[in-house]
Amino acid sequence: MKRKTSGLSKFYMGLVLFFLYMPIFVLIFYSFNESKSRSNFTGFSLKWYLQLFQNDQLLSALMNTLIIAVVSSVAATILGTMAAVGIFSLKKWARSLVMNVTYLPIINPEIVIGVSLMLLFLLFKMEFGMLTLILAHISFSVPYVILNVLPKLRQMDIHLYEAAQDLGCSPISSFFKVVVPEIMPGVLSGFMMAFTYSLDDFIISYFTSGAKTQTLPIYIYSMARKKVNPQINALSTIIFVIVLVILLLINWNDSRKEKQLKLKRREQI
Amino acid sequence: MKKLTAVLLVLCMAFGLFATGCQKENENVTVKVEDESYYSQYKDKGYEINVYNWGEYISTGADDTMDVIGEFEKLSGIKVNYTNFATNEELYAKLRTGAVSYDVIIPSDYMIGRMAKEGMLEPLNLENIPNYKFIDPQFTSKSYDPDNTYSVPYTWGTVGIIYNKTMVDEADVDTWDILWNEKYAGNILMFSNSRDAFGIALMKLGYNVNTEDEGEIKLAAEELKKQKPVIQAYVMDEIFDKMESGEAAVAPYYAGDAITMIAEAPDLAFSVPKEGTNLFIDAMCIPKGAKNKELAEVFINFMCETEVAKANIETIGYSTPQVKALEALDEDLRNNPIAYPPEDVIQNPQVFENLSDATNKLYDKLWTEILASSGH
Amino acid sequence: MKSKVAFLPYGIWMLLFTIVPLGLVAYFGLTDEAGHWTMSNLIRVSDYAYVFIKSIWLAVVATVICLIIAYPLAYILSRISENRQRMMVMIVMLPMWMNFLLRTYAWMTLLEGTGIINSLLKIIGIGPLNMINTAGAVVLGMVYNYLPFMILPLYSIMTKIDGSVIEAAQDLGSNNWQVFSKIVLPLSVPGITTGIIMVFVPAVSTFIISRMLGGNTTMLIGDLIELQFLGNAYNPNLGAAISMVLMVLILICMTFLNKMDSEEMEGMLI
Repeated sequence: MKRKTSGLSKFYMGLVLFFLYMPIFVLIFYSFNESKSRSNFTGFSLKWYLQLFQNDQLLSALMNTLIIAVVSSVAATILGTMAAVGIFSLKKWARSLVMNVTYLPIINPEIVIGVSLMLLFLLFKMEFGMLTLILAHISFSVPYVILNVLPKLRQMDIHLYEAAQDLGCSPISSFFKVVVPEIMPGVLSGFMMAFTYSLDDFIISYFTSGAKTQTLPIYIYSMARKKVNPQINALSTIIFVIVLVILLLINWNDSRKEKQLKLKRREQI
Repeated sequence: MKKLTAVLLVLCMAFGLFATGCQKENENVTVKVEDESYYSQYKDKGYEINVYNWGEYISTGADDTMDVIGEFEKLSGIKVNYTNFATNEELYAKLRTGAVSYDVIIPSDYMIGRMAKEGMLEPLNLENIPNYKFIDPQFTSKSYDPDNTYSVPYTWGTVGIIYNKTMVDEADVDTWDILWNEKYAGNILMFSNSRDAFGIALMKLGYNVNTEDEGEIKLAAEELKKQKPVIQAYVMDEIFDKMESGEAAVAPYYAGDAITMIAEAPDLAFSVPKEGTNLFIDAMCIPKGAKNKELAEVFINFMCETEVAKANIETIGYSTPQVKALEALDEDLRNNPIAYPPEDVIQNPQVFENLSDATNKLYDKLWTEILASSGH
Repeated sequence: MKSKVAFLPYGIWMLLFTIVPLGLVAYFGLTDEAGHWTMSNLIRVSDYAYVFIKSIWLAVVATVICLIIAYPLAYILSRISENRQRMMVMIVMLPMWMNFLLRTYAWMTLLEGTGIINSLLKIIGIGPLNMINTAGAVVLGMVYNYLPFMILPLYSIMTKIDGSVIEAAQDLGSNNWQVFSKIVLPLSVPGITTGIIMVFVPAVSTFIISRMLGGNTTMLIGDLIELQFLGNAYNPNLGAAISMVLMVLILICMTFLNKMDSEEMEGMLI
């Protein structure tokens, strides 16, 4: 079906996009500024990028962020997928009870989760650092994995699993051979969500980080509280470019798949 | 999708590695120290310490200054995890949770007194800090730490008014009243920490900054609430940008930072109000339960090295208690009346002292109320 | 499937990392420093009624503005041709992938008295306008940061509206307004509800936006909580009590906006 987009619609969309992008482009623009000024462009320079790559604190914050994101999202994916399978097999009342608790970290304000986890780690006298951050990140990402996997389980034909067992597969191997491939798209999108939320989280990390382990958002916050530092702009530019590339890749990947699908359909006809 | 995820992860990791790979090559140590062997004995042991300092309070290596942390790491082989806090009260809250382990912290006088009283500090072994001998006795044995058990002074200074000469009438700047002046409504910045803010209000009212009188403190809180409508923002280090760019016209801040700001923006000037000023000392301490006490002392000793102290002072503008560093300073800075004011400028210096628990609680409660008030 | 065992790790996790922490918040909120039970913290929360009212008011304003901006946009997005649709949605969502501190920082530099907007206005001979450190700037920050949270659920619900239903209505003589009010609006209500919640909850509990764009002069509930835990007025018991009240407040809002069923929740995650 082809639909036309009216001029007015295009104008409106342009307006919103301008609102969304203007601040980012301004940040990017001033990352190439020679001076520290945020309103006068005095000349082109890449010195803030050079400084950025020599900023040990920032680089170690970046490494911490990546380590935490990878570890916590992998752990959350495993835990969440198992949980979803388990929840699926629960009785109705138990399932709805569990689901209500699962929603809590999603609907609760982040600051309340941050504070509550901080109190928990204090109770166990855990030293704030990498471990507390990873635990905190797992606990706010697990619900997203569960919510991504559950619908796939629901769509799955339960008889397939039973058939596999009838044909002599053990429950475990039939789980991995039949169920896992079926729910894989949900698992992966849950993983992606856990990963990106972990990369981006500030508020919960703020309450659970310690003396040694700063994440990138926490470091950005401490930078924004001090003297103006165009390294922030340079960092924004780099992050923007990375995000742009990733999204283009996803988009390209999806449309390629769709084309293949269409081709297949045509062949079938 | 699977492939894509893999690509994504690889991309992220590659960026991380690329970034770490770009780190500076290990150059040679350039700093001259009293006794190199004192530091080098710790090399190659994989030691680490956690240092918690104020923001903008060390020489970082930008603009050809000394990279103090980097030099220390190269000299001693001890890795420094360096993080910042913005106010004494923030530092206190972070330590009170008890779940963080810093090795070196730099609180101000009254906060050292409070922490010492509450058993939050570790006694220092001064034998392990030979450079302590360079500290001017004028700045030691103060009431917050009478026997020099817990602290080694890092800097000292005064609090005054930093103002933009083009936006403010110079006739107004000799009194704290300027921070309440309607003429400058919307162009006034204020401290975003309770002790400094209350200190100013108490001095304005002519009270002692260490008063324990509930009535006086409440009156000061009323003053601060009255001030709220003319305030543009409550700030700490955000002040640098706002004053340098002319975003705000007048603000109270520490003399050392005023020097830094004036160097950037010649329109700015500094004055010490006639009602009096707060004379402060910030000193290096080791919090209770620090995992690497000896290494922390090594770091403190390093900070007292003449060249290091000099580099720090040149960058941050504060006044140094280290006598050799003071001698080595440029004439300009050594004779700078803002950093080293002649006696007649500071007519009525008041030193913050630790208050009673009840008063500290009252401060916390009133400060929350001030920030939460509507300002009308 | 006999896979109840698979639930066990998560069951323990849930207990330890969701229920116990919230229990701790309640415990701290209901005790004093020495650990004795008390209501005084909760009573003290009422001293800050002004902060609550202000936060809720600003969050409501931000949510309404988000809805007004996002609704037409989501509709337009859902009606453009399919092959361009994905690209457009991605372009709209892209800024959300930037860290929100950076996005807020960007507005700081724009809104300042000596910032870019005022420099441009000066050229036309207006201003300087006082924009930063006002409640308006805080609302702007909220709208900017949370707008995508409104667009996404609206968009995903509108793509589900069958185009032929609209065509049928048009064939039967409905005008544009009737099509909108009788078909599009009623069918998009679940998206509106989700969007409102997704914007209101983070907006009402934020503490960074008010600090960066409001200059600490517009205190919100989030600032109040942060102040008691890691800020300049250490009192975790009071902080916990405020958190409790905030949580209850949000739960009330949720019930008010109809309990979402799991279906919708999943929908918004796409």
